[in-house]
Amino acid sequence: MILFWLISLLLGGGVVAWLAEKVNEDLPWWISLVIFVIATALVVYTWLSGTGAHGPYYATAYLEWIPQFDINVVLRADGLSLLLIGLTTILGIIAVVSSWSETQYRKGFFQFNILWVMAGVVGVFAAFDLFLFFFFWEVMLIPMYFLIAIWGHEEREYAAMKFFIFTQASGLLMLAAIVALVWANYAATGTITFAYDNLLGVEMQSGFATLIMLGFFIAFITKLPSVPVHTWLPDAHTQAPTAGSVILAGILLKTGGYGIIRFTVPLFPDASMDFATIAMILGVVSILYGGYMAYSQSDFKRLVAYSSIAHMGFILVGVYSFNELGMQGAIVTMIAHGFSTAALFMMAGSLQERLHTREMTKMGGLWVKAPRMGVMTMFFVIASVGMPGLGNFVGEFLVLIGAFKVNVLLTVLATIGIVVAAVYGLSLMQRSFQGTPNPDVQTMTDYGVREMSVMVLMIVALVWIGVYPQHVLDIASPFVEMMALLK
Amino acid sequence: MSVLDLQVGLPYLMLAGGVLLVMLAVSLKRSHQVAFWSCLVVVLATIGSHFYGWSYLPAGGVKILGQFQIDGFSYFFNILFLLGTLVTALLIQPYLEKSSENREEFYLLLLTATLGAMTMASATHFVPFVLGLEILSISLYAMIAYPERSRPPLEASLKYLILSGVASSFILFGMALIYAAYGTMEFWTETAGFGLDHTYAIIGHTLMWGGLAFKLSLVPFHMWTPDVYQGAPTVVTGYLATVSKGAVAALVLRYAVETGFLQTEGLFAVISIIALLSMIGGNVLALLQKNIKRLLAYSSIAHLGYLLIGILLASAANTDFAIETVMVYLTAYFLITLAAFGVVNVISVANGDERVALESYTGLFWTQPLLAAILTLASLSLAGIPLTIGFIAKFYLFAAGIEGTLWLLIWGLIIGSAIGVFYYLRIIISMARKPEDAEGTTIRIPFGGLVTVCALGLSLLFFGVYPAPLLELIQIVVSMSSSI
Repeated sequence: MILFWLISLLLGGGVVAWLAEKVNEDLPWWISLVIFVIATALVVYTWLSGTGAHGPYYATAYLEWIPQFDINVVLRADGLSLLLIGLTTILGIIAVVSSWSETQYRKGFFQFNILWVMAGVVGVFAAFDLFLFFFFWEVMLIPMYFLIAIWGHEEREYAAMKFFIFTQASGLLMLAAIVALVWANYAATGTITFAYDNLLGVEMQSGFATLIMLGFFIAFITKLPSVPVHTWLPDAHTQAPTAGSVILAGILLKTGGYGIIRFTVPLFPDASMDFATIAMILGVVSILYGGYMAYSQSDFKRLVAYSSIAHMGFILVGVYSFNELGMQGAIVTMIAHGFSTAALFMMAGSLQERLHTREMTKMGGLWVKAPRMGVMTMFFVIASVGMPGLGNFVGEFLVLIGAFKVNVLLTVLATIGIVVAAVYGLSLMQRSFQGTPNPDVQTMTDYGVREMSVMVLMIVALVWIGVYPQHVLDIASPFVEMMALLK
Repeated sequence: MSVLDLQVGLPYLMLAGGVLLVMLAVSLKRSHQVAFWSCLVVVLATIGSHFYGWSYLPAGGVKILGQFQIDGFSYFFNILFLLGTLVTALLIQPYLEKSSENREEFYLLLLTATLGAMTMASATHFVPFVLGLEILSISLYAMIAYPERSRPPLEASLKYLILSGVASSFILFGMALIYAAYGTMEFWTETAGFGLDHTYAIIGHTLMWGGLAFKLSLVPFHMWTPDVYQGAPTVVTGYLATVSKGAVAALVLRYAVETGFLQTEGLFAVISIIALLSMIGGNVLALLQKNIKRLLAYSSIAHLGYLLIGILLASAANTDFAIETVMVYLTAYFLITLAAFGVVNVISVANGDERVALESYTGLFWTQPLLAAILTLASLSLAGIPLTIGFIAKFYLFAAGIEGTLWLLIWGLIIGSAIGVFYYLRIIISMARKPEDAEGTTIRIPFGGLVTVCALGLSLLFFGVYPAPLLELIQIVVSMSSSI
């Protein structure tokens, strides 16, 4: 039941934080922080207690919900889920910390939305019932929409609307696919069920299976995002408040990758196999296009946003290599990218708060004024470029080895993407913190203890994954081994 | 007529008697309070009498006079209509309180309209069909024009009167042709040996469908909707959107299930196209509306288009699931629409004038958080987002569409919903904007209205999170209905 309590804690905490606004303006922030710390502690506790008690799962929960359709609240955490839930709660802390000085009004409602997005995300990672999964999939949308639409920057309403419509339209496609899958299972077995386990290996005509698979696939690559359904991302990321960007890039994109790994491939192994080359091409195109677009941006946040598209391309390449290495690489990439991008978005937010601009033409030479911020940016840029010894390298390297066995040409092209990443990464550093100091910027407050502590937290995580990735690989391996059997 | 007929028919007798009672009360003492309370008592007593009748209701229902089928189906819709009436009465009371004269007759019209709606939900014969439809429509003309001193309601009423009259004549002519083909006014069944492809019957059904599509405001028979919605007093608009359309939908559903007339290929294709046009057209036309009543009018066109998925399924083998879908969808649609119009009405009454421009909702989250939350819930419900009952209803439509392999309509549903999100979010976004001044904080919200819309808002949330009881009830009701 620990998952159930975890989600309830986030949902309930959201309501409390909202109400606390009336007592004291800053109280919601503290409540939110404490809740994420408790949630992280719960996840760590679950991890340490191991899988013994619940078969292959670290935790399970079950409640009857809509018996008419055999829809139930089935929550489970295997290694993959637990890793991503852990990432969620830790990034929750970071998002809350980064929002300390940013929001000026409705602070309680702000924290409410953050907590509810995270509750939805935890639900997505833990749901083992397709209806429940879709339920959480949509639940995390609304608070995110509010975060962008109310507390975002200049173009917030446009960006929020675009984000919502893209995800909603693709989500409905997925809903149709889910129901079609359930009905196909009904035709084959005579029972209506939405349980994940029962829907594995439903017999269908291959053309029909491909169509349903595409319903899932399109919904997930919209969220990931991959070319050609990525256009919402630069706007949403750029316009969102810092905490929103951190959550979007750190967690929400990962729900797309998770969906592909957990649902698209296992539910439709044959159709996915036939589709693998196209998916890998989409991944490679995303890597190159994202990199190219990132280099041509002058907006700090937009650059990082486009770089996310490039990094997420690796997930498609890795998963659709259909081998253990590629799959492990995709999972490690998801986690490492969560930390490195969250840190860069937090940096973008801090710069915007101090300089009131995201334009890199108005920056330059900032290192002298704020050395601590400079060092941090340097570290995370290098991490995101793929420096060996840090998490991102491990992930992308594994993906490339995995893909090399399958398709040499695409692997070579994807590797070029890493070179491009170095180009835009270093140009970001050069244009903002190095170079000639901008005369308009006289002084700039450096990072204090509050910011530094979360930055250090993320550095530790990245170094840990980079130097000793075995922990992460071990946690994820039971699921990955199962997936590898599909071939 | 047997004793059983009287027992299960008690709700109808109650309401008919109640109409007389209210009329007497109004003629004896012209008092708004008396009329209001006696109306409430009649509605509540009629709802209560359904529980009495239910205990005598045999499975499959009772047929009375060869014209009415009283079964789980009719009881379910009756209760739905009565709840709509109850909400309407509760919301109109503060509105009428502020107007100057002749407040009492409104309750009389409200009850007769509901009686017409109830008749339609149990009709299995053309005569009660037309009687019910006309009782409902004529009461509505007067209700729409009730604030007789102002222009927009009169205009709306006249528009509705003329167009509705034309639609009724189409329906009647269609019936005449069907009668010419089959020689019976009962909802004939296929098993009775009538060929579905009788030329007169096809023309008759097409004509009848034209009239019904007008009443349901489906594209291309939708032109009247925004004008009438906008002109009528907000509460009446809510009643028109729910009870009046719900009654027609219930009747169409029963007709489709009993006769299977949708199995005629041509009609099926035409109605599918109408559904598709309504889904897309309604949503597209709603995009740029600046008046919330017009916006909801177009949105209701789209939603009735969605509902046709359920009705079209009735032509397939699984009629039970079709009935279930329509019941779930209409219940959701009732609650959502009443909540949305309820909030608009409460705000208008509190401000003393109609607040229908979208701009007047700017910053509602800051001045009236509770009402804003309810309107947000209603908007999200209309958009079909989880946590709200709208999602459960949409889920049923997906299931129904896939069950009946209506792939084209599923695409319509997906595209229509995606467009719809845009304008539903516009309502929410404008409420979430920071208001320029703090004006409006002082308005007093009428207590009764506030409680009513809060209850509706809660029901949207409750059934969205935990729909099992509602679905169970509907399944019991369907099992108690006559099916072929």
